[in-house]
Amino acid sequence: MDGDVPLLRARGVTRYYGSRVGCRDVGLDLWPGEVLGVVGESGSGKTTLLGCLSGRLEPSAGTVEFRQRDGRVVDVLRMPEPALRKLARTDWGIVHQNPRDGLRLGVTAGANVGERLMALGARHYGQIRSAAVDWLGRVEIDRERVDDWPETFSSGMQQRLQIARTLVTEPRLVFMDEPTGGLDVSVQARLLDLLRRLVTDLGLSAIIVTHDLAVTRLLAHRLLVMRGGEVVESGLTDQVLDDPQHPYTQLLVSSVLQP
Amino acid sequence: MSAYNFAFLDEQTKRMIRRAILKAVAIPGYQVPFGSREMPLSYGWGTGGVQVTASVIGPDDVLKVIDQGADDTTNAVSIRRFFVKTTGVRTTTRTDQATLIQTRHRIPETPLAEGQIVVFQVPIPEPLRWLEPRETETRKMHALEEYGVMHVRLYEDITRHGHVETAYDYPVLVNGRYIMRPSPIPKFDNPKLDRNPALLLFGAGREKRIYAVPPFTSVRSLDFEDHPFTIERWDQTCALCGAADVFMDEIVVDDKGGRMFVCSDTDFCERRRGR
Amino acid sequence: MYVAVKGGERAIANAHRLLAEDRRGDPSVPELSLDQIDKQLALAVDRVMIEGSLYDRELAALAIKQARGDLIEAIFLARAYRTTLPRFGATRPIDTASMAIRRRVSATFKDVPGGQILGATFDYTHRLLDFDLIGGQRNRATSPDEPAPDGGDVAPGGDLAAPGGELAALGGRLPRVIDILDRDGLIESEEPDSDRRAVGDLTREPLDFPAGRDVRLQSLARADEGFVLALGYATQRGYGRNHPFAGEIRVGEVELELRPEELGFPITIGEITVTECQMVNQFKGSAAAPPQFTRGYGLVFGHAERKAMTMALVDRALRCRELGETPASLAQDEEFVLYHGDNVEASGFVQHLKLPHHVDFQSELVLIRTLRAEAEVRAR
Repeated sequence: MDGDVPLLRARGVTRYYGSRVGCRDVGLDLWPGEVLGVVGESGSGKTTLLGCLSGRLEPSAGTVEFRQRDGRVVDVLRMPEPALRKLARTDWGIVHQNPRDGLRLGVTAGANVGERLMALGARHYGQIRSAAVDWLGRVEIDRERVDDWPETFSSGMQQRLQIARTLVTEPRLVFMDEPTGGLDVSVQARLLDLLRRLVTDLGLSAIIVTHDLAVTRLLAHRLLVMRGGEVVESGLTDQVLDDPQHPYTQLLVSSVLQP
Repeated sequence: MSAYNFAFLDEQTKRMIRRAILKAVAIPGYQVPFGSREMPLSYGWGTGGVQVTASVIGPDDVLKVIDQGADDTTNAVSIRRFFVKTTGVRTTTRTDQATLIQTRHRIPETPLAEGQIVVFQVPIPEPLRWLEPRETETRKMHALEEYGVMHVRLYEDITRHGHVETAYDYPVLVNGRYIMRPSPIPKFDNPKLDRNPALLLFGAGREKRIYAVPPFTSVRSLDFEDHPFTIERWDQTCALCGAADVFMDEIVVDDKGGRMFVCSDTDFCERRRGR
Repeated sequence: MYVAVKGGERAIANAHRLLAEDRRGDPSVPELSLDQIDKQLALAVDRVMIEGSLYDRELAALAIKQARGDLIEAIFLARAYRTTLPRFGATRPIDTASMAIRRRVSATFKDVPGGQILGATFDYTHRLLDFDLIGGQRNRATSPDEPAPDGGDVAPGGDLAAPGGELAALGGRLPRVIDILDRDGLIESEEPDSDRRAVGDLTREPLDFPAGRDVRLQSLARADEGFVLALGYATQRGYGRNHPFAGEIRVGEVELELRPEELGFPITIGEITVTECQMVNQFKGSAAAPPQFTRGYGLVFGHAERKAMTMALVDRALRCRELGETPASLAQDEEFVLYHGDNVEASGFVQHLKLPHHVDFQSELVLIRTLRAEAEVRAR
């Protein structure tokens, strides 16, 4: 039964900004444990698509369905807001491009990581704190920094803290918007490694939006290539990147500088 | 004052406020919006409490008004005079003889009884206000029981100070569902809220909210299992009556920093001294 | 030996007596009459009526006298009195198009049907203290370069609008400048809400968000003048710019009509003076509709142009949501503007800090002493 229904299913997702196309007629299926990459240049519609899939933007047309833990399939776009908010805090995770958008800057790292646990009813300070310390270790942040404010962290550390904060409740689906954007190349590499391990260890499903093909190569099982709001090519990551069919994909692939 | 209705407010307004009170009692701890009226007292000086009292008071009530635990602090005097002028009801300083008690910042030390009503004056009703300034957001958070951020605040305090930093207006969980601000009573008074036999009504005039804790309702101060809620203690006893486990006022008696401590609840103190 | 302090009652009674004495001041100075306040401090009376939400010049004058000139205190008195008044019903909406005009100007066109009527205004005065105003009745001394008043006023670059002449040609009504733009479809039309719900009443229901435009306008009308002024000013300086032009400002008398149920037809119950401002703002457009100018609206009791204008600026700023604009400043933040404009609420809450807080303070003292003691122990 479970194997027949994807975790997330989108059909015909379309969103206009006035007369301008944000994204048009996008469909996808995401299965448990699968990472889907959405690539394209800025203006391709990938961020719009992510917004629509996660219920934060209202599409002009289309459906998005999510299979909950209890097996029931819910219509994300027609869910009442309370239910959507609850979903976003428990079974979903969001990693923003700018970690400051996904963190509480005015409280300590420990509080940031512990918040979701407290929202779910955790009431033992010592246990919440050690869970936070544990997670800091898992995202390779010095555990001594549990009582420090995110303001004092480097941007790479802030990004890892954001990831810890989101993953602490082990959500089944994580949306990531340019998770390595704005980071130094070496920091990026380390972050990607971490993400890859976490995805495998936790059996996460994820949709990662990025303009960086290297990110998809490392993390994504499958790819959607977007251009001008439409999906021009899709398939297994290696196939699409090694043997691109669409001229635009070919252009993208060939323009990546080879070291 | 004969030109004014009994208790100043017109009957329509009283009815409107009573409806809000009934709703509040039906949903313990939930803030009910109401059409607060301008009163002859300033906003921030107890208009919410006054409107609630004015809506429930009847000619046979016996009214006590206290501020900081005392019957004759200036604002308590002012409010008591207002009700005497507009209702002519009997007033008292004795907690055990009052049917209706309007209070600012204290719960009387004398235990309350079934049938009594206590009306609290509330400046800021919203417990999440310092964490989230927008009303649209906080209403959603209450509706969805999104209280994680409240405990984040407590977690932070313990991390930084080893204690929760809130000394008064300490947030509580009412009937296991809504988080509520008990008004700026010292946390010392919070345990009195739990399963109190009296009806507790809370009025915020400026912010236009009414909420309630019905008799015998569970009220738990927020804490962590390993950092349980504690109340204030003094080494001293009351210099006038010798009481120990009461909330004390600190009086500076000379210019060398000499101090003495006396009961904040003047009625309680007087009765212990046999006055 | 310390004795618990008593005597709060007596202290308050004495304080009231002292206040009454201070209010009267030196008994050898003539006492102010309500008439003097109403006629010679008319603009103060207007402000108290506006923010007190109560149109009664005599009551407003009384409030000003009782409040010793503190207008926010006077507004409080007016509002508290208003609470006690029974409500008979609601008048029909006033028709500002049939206003008996005392003053009417427009910045959008050099000349308009009916003309630019300057009326009595501070606008073109030179702000020089006029020492001739000291000491009661005097013959009005006109300085050499000022023409003697002749009953008509000349607007810069405008026609001399002789009431009676041109007005007669317009059917006795001065058409609104905005209507010129409206006729050509250049400005968004202002239609009543399609959902036919009752108009909200801020004085009877608590604020709810998102707030409808009716409630927003009520809130702005009775909001503190300085607050709305600052916000309007801020929009002009870039905190949510909307390119305003003063389409029309008119001051004058309008009739109030009430339709009592017993009669079944409307009767005129009186007239009031109002100031109305219509701002013409940045034009919008969408995929579906071509660009049009948008509007801001201000309407207040009495003669109060500054208030009406700033009200219109902030009204337009708060319409950002329905016009598809991204709010960028506090002036466009509905909750911020509507919550903090009420000076009676604000004044009360700020001044409540004067009330005793020694119990809360004692709690703080206990806590801080505990923390310091623990810190000391740790330091050893």
